[in-house]
Amino acid sequence: MSRKHWLQAAAAVAVIVIAAVGVSQLLERMVAPAAPPQSAAAPAAPAASVPHIIATLYYGTADGQALAAVKREVPLGDGPRAQGRQILESELEAAPAPYLSLIPAGTMLLAFYITDRGDAFVDLSPEVSTMHPGGSTNELLTVYAIVNTVTANLQSVERVQILINGKQADTLAGHVDLRRPFERDTSLVREAKGTQ
Amino acid sequence: MLVVPHAQGTAPPSPLTLISRDGRRPVPTTLVNGQEFIALDDLASLFQLAVRDDALAGGVTVSYKGRTIVASADQPMASVNGRVVTLPAAMTRVGRRLFVPVDFIARAVAPIYDTPIDLRRASRLLIVGNIRVARVTTRIDAVGPPTRATIEVTPALLVSQAADAGRVLVRVEADVIDPAPPPAPAGLIDQIQTGTQTTTVAIALNARAGTPRVSTTTTTESTRVTIEVPLAAPSQDTSTAPPPPALPALPAPTGPAPPALPALSGPKLQTMVIDPGHGGDDNGVRGPKGTLEKQVALEVARKLKTLIETRLGVRVVMTRDEDRSVSPDERDAIANNSKADLFLSLHANGAPSADVKGTEVYYLRLDRAGEEARRSTAATELVLPVISGGTRPIDVIPWDLAQAAHVDASSRFASMLEEELEKRGPMGPRPLQQAPMRVLSGANMPAALVEIGYLTSADQERSIQSADVQGGLVQGIYDAIVRFRAFLESPPSQ
Repeated sequence: MSRKHWLQAAAAVAVIVIAAVGVSQLLERMVAPAAPPQSAAAPAAPAASVPHIIATLYYGTADGQALAAVKREVPLGDGPRAQGRQILESELEAAPAPYLSLIPAGTMLLAFYITDRGDAFVDLSPEVSTMHPGGSTNELLTVYAIVNTVTANLQSVERVQILINGKQADTLAGHVDLRRPFERDTSLVREAKGTQ
Repeated sequence: MLVVPHAQGTAPPSPLTLISRDGRRPVPTTLVNGQEFIALDDLASLFQLAVRDDALAGGVTVSYKGRTIVASADQPMASVNGRVVTLPAAMTRVGRRLFVPVDFIARAVAPIYDTPIDLRRASRLLIVGNIRVARVTTRIDAVGPPTRATIEVTPALLVSQAADAGRVLVRVEADVIDPAPPPAPAGLIDQIQTGTQTTTVAIALNARAGTPRVSTTTTTESTRVTIEVPLAAPSQDTSTAPPPPALPALPAPTGPAPPALPALSGPKLQTMVIDPGHGGDDNGVRGPKGTLEKQVALEVARKLKTLIETRLGVRVVMTRDEDRSVSPDERDAIANNSKADLFLSLHANGAPSADVKGTEVYYLRLDRAGEEARRSTAATELVLPVISGGTRPIDVIPWDLAQAAHVDASSRFASMLEEELEKRGPMGPRPLQQAPMRVLSGANMPAALVEIGYLTSADQERSIQSADVQGGLVQGIYDAIVRFRAFLESPPSQ
């Protein structure tokens, strides 16, 4: 190979390398807006862009006599446990009009677990008991709003046990026995309509 | 050589009776110059005391496990572990034996002894150890007829009772009773016996006496049994207070020991527990005007108790009769330990809307564990020997699922409550419900819970405090209890 040929070959390689780098950078620039880093996406992401599911949450009916099953959008969770947390976080928020909240304001979800046997544990902050207004009716509505909300949306859950501050509790306010897990009970549910 | 005065003694009318966990035994004493003395050697053997002359101190030294009493030979005093106590008289000698005043037991021996010693001179009892002693005072309040008598038991202890036209027997659940001298018989009462050999008070009635009514009230200090003996007359109100079934022949009150009272085939509803909800720090529901559930529940409970006791003659035990906090387990324990035949919890309700009103009745809904317990109850019956000989079947069931065996009867009682309360006032949106109620689960007897009304409703908060409304609720509950008693006493085939 002559000296001229060596120079032509080297130039070609250089052009290819430069071109490859350029194309690569160009590709990165082109792809970046479509798949941005997650940190940049969070603040900018509109609700519509975050995947949601439609979940059935339970609140008090407007007349205060029963439970109402209400369809609401809840952020998609990664697996039943994460999904359960999302559903319960939504349930703890104020009820949409005209429904009534049954869980005392200020109650927080401390933990949520599901065992292999299908028992879910909903660990709530002490406000669920200390701020509870009392009465058998109020207490039954609170308990079954939580139990039905979990069991209606998570197929792997058969029974729900409510814990307060990480511990087994006797009752919320002196009536309903919290020492053992509850199964789903729709006898307190009167209507199932409404989507928000 | 110790020199103490000599004296001549005479025996008192009856010896002291020493009562301990090992049983009872007489302790002889002697009277000298009107003072009651006990032989020091008897005391030494009863309490394992070592006695020796103490010439230096001029008396005797009594020791027990390193603790000592030095009793003076000529002074009415002793030094107990270095502290001087006075005695009503000095030691004395009768024949060859040394005697000390019986107060020596309480003032000198008791302070150095391991277990409590209680000398009750009036009842001639010397109680050693932790023995449940009931002070029993009987009095006749009205000669009548009807003749009214009261038996006061202090402290508050369980009592069981049996009554027919001939006599009333009241047995106190204590190790021993310390009876005050009974009053002279009067009116329709011929004889009152409060022996120390048994824990039973036997009241023999006049031939003219009708069926006595016996009721029991319990306070924190005492249990009071009230007995009303009417003249025998055919004017009994059989609709609300049928006479109890005929009792088997009882031994004469002068017999050695009455039979075990619970074994008598008396009425099926003898004891009932009323459980006023909440109390103490736990206010329950608070109405918009500040009315507290714990107060309303207690007011209604007290009225119901009075009505049941006076009209049905059923013993009523309250899980609380003041504003105090009581745990659910304690409520059930009171009911179970009272061997109650029926349990009723009284509450006032709360709802998320002020529009919800009315009375509601609950009985227990079992979860899966409860259903399993219910099915296995019969299979886990144990037959255990009892102290008095023979055997007794015992149902074995977890404490917190005790209600499982009674859910069917509880359902009947709850239905009767709903039906009777409906006649007296408005019912709530779900008048009869089955729910996992904490306080009902451990009750080992038919049990229900009544929510008398919604305090969250301003209307009901106001009305529920009126005497009329409370009277209607109490009457409705009472009517249901009368019906349930008839159900209990009906033949099993029904």
